Amino acid sequence: MKITKEEVLHVAKLAKLNLSEEETDTLRSDMESIIEFANTLSELDTEGVVPTAHARYMVNAFREDVIKESYKEEDILKNAPLAEDGGFAVPKVVE
Amino acid sequence: MKYETVIGLEIHAELSTKTKIYCGCKNEFGGEPNTHCCPVCTGMPGTLPVLNKSVLDYAIKAGLAMNCSITRFSKQDRKNYFYPDLPKAYQISQFDLPLCENGYIDIMVDGQEKRIGITRIHIEEDAGKLIHDDYGNMSIVDYNRCGVPLIEIVSEPDLRSPEEAKIFLETLKSILEYTEVSDCKMQEGSLRCDVNVSLRPVGAKEYGTRCEMKNVNSFSAAFRAMQFEVKRQSEVLDGGGVIEQETRRWDDVHGISTVMRTKEDAHDYRYFPEPDLLPIEISDEWIEKIRATIPELPEARRQRYVGEYALPEYDSFILTSSKNMADYFDACISLGASPKTVSNWLMGDVLRSMKEMELEKIPFEPSKLVSLIGLIEKGTISNNAAKKVLAEMFTDDSEPMALVEKLGLAQVSDEGELKKMIEEVLAQNPQSVEDFKAGKGKAMGFLMGQTMKISKGKANPQVISKLLSEALNNM
Amino acid sequence: MYKYTAHEIRDMIKNKEISSVEATKAALSRIDDVEETVGSFITVLGDEAIKSAEAVDKKIASNEETGSLAGVPMALKDNMCTKDVLTTCASKMLYNFKPPYDSTVAKKMKDADAVLLGKVNMDEFAMGSSTENSYFKKTLNPYDITRVPGGSSGGSAAAVAADEAYFTLGSDTGGSIRQPAAFCGCVGLKPTYGAVSRFGLVAFASSLDQIGPMTKDVKDCAMVLDNIVGYDCQDSTSINTEYKSFEKNLSSDIKGLKIGVPSQYMGAGIDEEILNSINASLESFKALGAEIGEASLPLNKYALPAYYIISSAEASSNLARYDGVKYGYRAENFEDLSDLYLKTRSEGFGKEVKRRIMIGTYALSSGYYDAYYKKAQQVRTQIMQDFSQAFEKFDCLVTPVSPTTAFKLGEKTSDPMQMYMADICTVSVNIGGLPAIVIPCGYDKAGLPIGIQIIGKHFGEQTILNAALALEQTVKKVRPQIGGIE
Repeated sequence: MKITKEEVLHVAKLAKLNLSEEETDTLRSDMESIIEFANTLSELDTEGVVPTAHARYMVNAFREDVIKESYKEEDILKNAPLAEDGGFAVPKVVE
Repeated sequence: MKYETVIGLEIHAELSTKTKIYCGCKNEFGGEPNTHCCPVCTGMPGTLPVLNKSVLDYAIKAGLAMNCSITRFSKQDRKNYFYPDLPKAYQISQFDLPLCENGYIDIMVDGQEKRIGITRIHIEEDAGKLIHDDYGNMSIVDYNRCGVPLIEIVSEPDLRSPEEAKIFLETLKSILEYTEVSDCKMQEGSLRCDVNVSLRPVGAKEYGTRCEMKNVNSFSAAFRAMQFEVKRQSEVLDGGGVIEQETRRWDDVHGISTVMRTKEDAHDYRYFPEPDLLPIEISDEWIEKIRATIPELPEARRQRYVGEYALPEYDSFILTSSKNMADYFDACISLGASPKTVSNWLMGDVLRSMKEMELEKIPFEPSKLVSLIGLIEKGTISNNAAKKVLAEMFTDDSEPMALVEKLGLAQVSDEGELKKMIEEVLAQNPQSVEDFKAGKGKAMGFLMGQTMKISKGKANPQVISKLLSEALNNM
Repeated sequence: MYKYTAHEIRDMIKNKEISSVEATKAALSRIDDVEETVGSFITVLGDEAIKSAEAVDKKIASNEETGSLAGVPMALKDNMCTKDVLTTCASKMLYNFKPPYDSTVAKKMKDADAVLLGKVNMDEFAMGSSTENSYFKKTLNPYDITRVPGGSSGGSAAAVAADEAYFTLGSDTGGSIRQPAAFCGCVGLKPTYGAVSRFGLVAFASSLDQIGPMTKDVKDCAMVLDNIVGYDCQDSTSINTEYKSFEKNLSSDIKGLKIGVPSQYMGAGIDEEILNSINASLESFKALGAEIGEASLPLNKYALPAYYIISSAEASSNLARYDGVKYGYRAENFEDLSDLYLKTRSEGFGKEVKRRIMIGTYALSSGYYDAYYKKAQQVRTQIMQDFSQAFEKFDCLVTPVSPTTAFKLGEKTSDPMQMYMADICTVSVNIGGLPAIVIPCGYDKAGLPIGIQIIGKHFGEQTILNAALALEQTVKKVRPQIGGIE
């Protein structure tokens, strides 16, 4: 199963990662061997098998519609790399 | 028309639960930025979502009101993309197992009923808000809205004109209001709409390529956007061009749409089942319990008003335009008032005043309106006086009778008192008496007017009419 | 005093034979002596720890009620949120992150009146098997400081092995508690999935992560487990059930215990010395009255590829939130929003993390979901059925933990596949959501600890603790040299 450089760059774009030439190369071959390895799963017949999302079958974990006190604004912003006027500052988004 | 218009709508409605969908923060519009937040709804490391059961109650209710089948076994999925208003960089939504499916809403178009399919309704979380002004080349992010529960309602492409689409939106809005699952305030963003428009040659079976339009902020804007898009697409097709599948942004100020995303730029959301949440199993009992809480919906009420009360279609529409109004009307009838009379008052003076004062609810109880109507019927006040009392009722919560006294609007109906006034009028206007005897009809009206004047408008017109006639005829 | 076990310290404090301050100072002093060599800690809370200890001592002195771990100094892996205390996940991305909230386990430790000594080292975002992927420092194996302590809970294991903390908590997604426990000769237990709340544990792979104790002996393990299990309404995957006290029900009587040995685990690729040690342990089990039989887990070989797809996919999504906007590292020079994301994430994440994110993103991307993620989750169902069948015949399964004992620093960093293959004995347990305990069962020629894994049924923690206790009593423990400091 071959993975091309273009595919690597496309995936990097989806994952918001910048890759150098060298990184792209290394990742390409790493991904190829790992995905090749993952392809062994195709040896198994899984027709009609229900995918397991959770180790134990459980459903309906809910909470009641009861208000819980929110955190103070300063605690929410405490770790912000850049905050302004009570909000998280980011470069302006061009619509 | 060479082309047939095909429109489908995607509506997002914020549910009016007390708390957000995955955490206990208040679900409330406004507030200083980031004051309705916690580590869960701001996506801090290590936090986990827990589903608010009321969200399911509300969504099932909306689904049942739109005749959908409720999915007994569904799940939530992650929709992954990067944007500052999405703190986890994924939105928890539902991908292939939506909570509700295959429903419909009936709408009235030009007096004809038309059925519009509802493909699906699913639950998801809202994102935060980006605030752009005043920050130069920065924007700031407010997560208050993050985690507010939404239902996304997708219609089948059954709409055939912008007019139909507008009616559909209004009908949908009233259903959501009646079931009280959303407060539907487009100006506050609790109701949002994306429009999908395509054209096809009349008679064609295949759908044309559709374009999606976003940033539609009111029903009228939706109407304008759809009109524009129909025109734009017609022009392209007329010129021999081909419609590109695009997502466009509607600019209501300039009345144009611009390209936001092409098919190539389309996001790859990499949906997968949300591993931090458990599947949802809905039982028959649960569904029936919710079904029992659905009030009489607008369509059913309209039919009842027309059928049982013989009200005109038009009146029924106005009365059921909001649940408040319809409930109010029903309350008045249950207190014994006549449907047509109540309807006239509500549709006339009451609605007018509400509009002037920008009120959403009638500020006085139904019993007060019924009381007022009773006063007219008893003859205690005239119709005109009643209008004045009604106006007062909007700001003074005293009983109508008390207001009548306060304003001194009580009609004089006492025959003794009125006879005295009539005698005075007749004495002062001998010429009119002569005119009346000579057969001039206007004289009666003049004499009545004079009597009303002496009584300062308080004389009961029916009684003076009777007494005046008697007096004149005896002269 | 630093050599005592946690339960001994707990009892001595309870009986007012020693104070928590004494126990804490002993630990801090030990940290002073060995930390420069071992490097277990990212953050040491010297003064704060003593203050906490003083508060506990005060409560005890005035005969107030105290928690069940009162006064015992411990450490938490740095991916467990601790309120107002640095929680870095050993990553540049969270180099300055101080959560405004406690993880559920941190809160449980506070409620139990344990004393937090600090946060220990790990592989970045729990991705790795050697703790070499930490942004801050390398942790060295106390038994041989040219070797790795294992990973990703390498700091947790080393701190216990070097007596820097009386117990620690680690996290396990594919073996991250068990393999370092084996490499460092201590006890490590991964509970049944859903037994311990994940709230506040920085997520790696949501459907696989679990927090567990890392301790000096089995009794400590049971004691700590008692204090961390339990339903948490803040974690939807947390199981709503009651637990009996593991410590109180500890017993080394294993007569009639049916132990299965899956043939697929005992073969090619495992070091001969390790196989010999496992076999010797099986003899010990037999001598204690257990019945040994051959088990079969035919789908075992698929556990590793399934694990890597599931864990990478979930990780790629869980780590998408690190973007320089809300917390943590933010690139300094960027042109626009997209650039901010790209630069922050490229500069903030290490190589291994990026690799997993790439694999995970690929596996979930358009066109590949069915072939990879969905397929892996289906195989998962089949592997769980495999285990169910094995557990019809046996009460627990015994296997090696790793193909080798602790390897040398830098030995496996060049080829990721080699590193991944080393997880072969541990990942299937996470895939199955089963509990498993690792204890040292011997030492190799070079004096490095050899670990043995006992896997239980869902909620079979008592069974595996008992089996471990029985075996522990037959093994002579050797203390680490820590490069000569000891």
